[in-house]
Amino acid sequence: MTASERRGTALILASFGLGLLLTLLPLPHWAAEYRPQWVTLVLIFWVLSVPRRVGVFAAFAAGLVLDVVTGTVLGQHALTLSVVGFLAVELRQRILPFPAWQQALSVWVLLLVERLLSLWILGATGQPTPSLDYWVPTVIGMLLWPWLLASLESLRERFGPA
Amino acid sequence: MKPLFVTGSSPALRLTVALLLSLTLIFVDSRYRHLDFVRSTLSVAFYPIHYLAALPPRLARAVDGRLASEADLRERNSLLERENLELKSLMQTHQALQAENRRLRDLLGSSFKLRDRVMVAELLEVDLDPYRQQVLVDKGASSGIFVGQPVLDANAVMGQVIRTSPLTATVLLITDAAHSLPVQVNRNGLRTVASGSGLINRLTLLHLAKNADVRVGDLLVTSGLGGVFPPGYPVARITEVRDDPGSHFASVIAQPTARLDRSHEVLLVWTLPALSRAGELDERPLDAAPPAGMDTSR
Repeated sequence: MTASERRGTALILASFGLGLLLTLLPLPHWAAEYRPQWVTLVLIFWVLSVPRRVGVFAAFAAGLVLDVVTGTVLGQHALTLSVVGFLAVELRQRILPFPAWQQALSVWVLLLVERLLSLWILGATGQPTPSLDYWVPTVIGMLLWPWLLASLESLRERFGPA
Repeated sequence: MKPLFVTGSSPALRLTVALLLSLTLIFVDSRYRHLDFVRSTLSVAFYPIHYLAALPPRLARAVDGRLASEADLRERNSLLERENLELKSLMQTHQALQAENRRLRDLLGSSFKLRDRVMVAELLEVDLDPYRQQVLVDKGASSGIFVGQPVLDANAVMGQVIRTSPLTATVLLITDAAHSLPVQVNRNGLRTVASGSGLINRLTLLHLAKNADVRVGDLLVTSGLGGVFPPGYPVARITEVRDDPGSHFASVIAQPTARLDRSHEVLLVWTLPALSRAGELDERPLDAAPPAGMDTSR
């Protein structure tokens, strides 16, 4: 492993760590439900830009960590993020050519898939069905995409994996 | 030299493996307790993340404490003094009553109920999954916290410990949809089960007959029947009694008296063996899962 690859790994891990931190950071009670799916967004970015390094298994691992720190059923996020990772790998060539704001629409679909699968798992494990606000974070995530893309892209050009 | 084409297994194959693994995890984790070990090990590894996420509010409170104005402090001080005086006067009668109670119990020959031992723990202010009512506290198995331990705040019952790791413990609040606890109406001793609704300010009372003697404003206290919560602690106040023509039972809604979303500190309780069966009941939190027949309302 060369020095630049190692730095790349560090950047990937750091960005996932930041995503986790933003997921856990306490928000006022009314805002907690609208928190964007940070880890999913970070995952989509890395799968789109370096699919060789971050793929389905990395998504699975990230999901497992998310399950442990947020106290959901073990495997819930592992499953949803694996599916999102897979879809991102498969759709990569059809998402990447477009400008950021058009990518945002595809990203929205991926975020919706993640939410939908979570909903099924909530239902299957006997949790109550959440209100319609449940879908708001996907829209917020979509609006955040161009900014996230620009900032992570610039970080990647400076330190990151090729 | 990097390979020109992606090598290794195809994404579809990897997805299949990941799906199988995670479905197994979901099934095992929601039905059995074999994975608690994995979870507690991993959560020790990720304790720094919890700690970091809880840091900003902690710092904010520390700074807030430094910046408090003198007038505020004086006001607070006098408020606390007044409260202290009131509590002391209550305490005087309390001690007399306790002595009397002990004498009477001696006369009756029944065992005197010892006071419960408590430990104060601080909440780690991190937001866990918004669709489950759980909080994280900063004391864990290394302080003697055990699964099924009751958790109180200054006012009332908050919930019970469902997972421990050496440094932290996860508390399931009484309002979680998977939580039910046996209660009784303080006014007349009517027993029922208070079941969580998934909303932070709402408990539902299950299986109360339409002519049951409950009124808006009644205080509900723990009945101690489940063997997890000690009897006699306040739980909730009834806010709504409705006669729903379509259902067999009255629909009764109560609001928890504990400040579930605002407390910074919680009390962890060890019930001393006045409950003679405490030892054998430690193992499984009876209250955590309602019996099979009780799920009909959801």
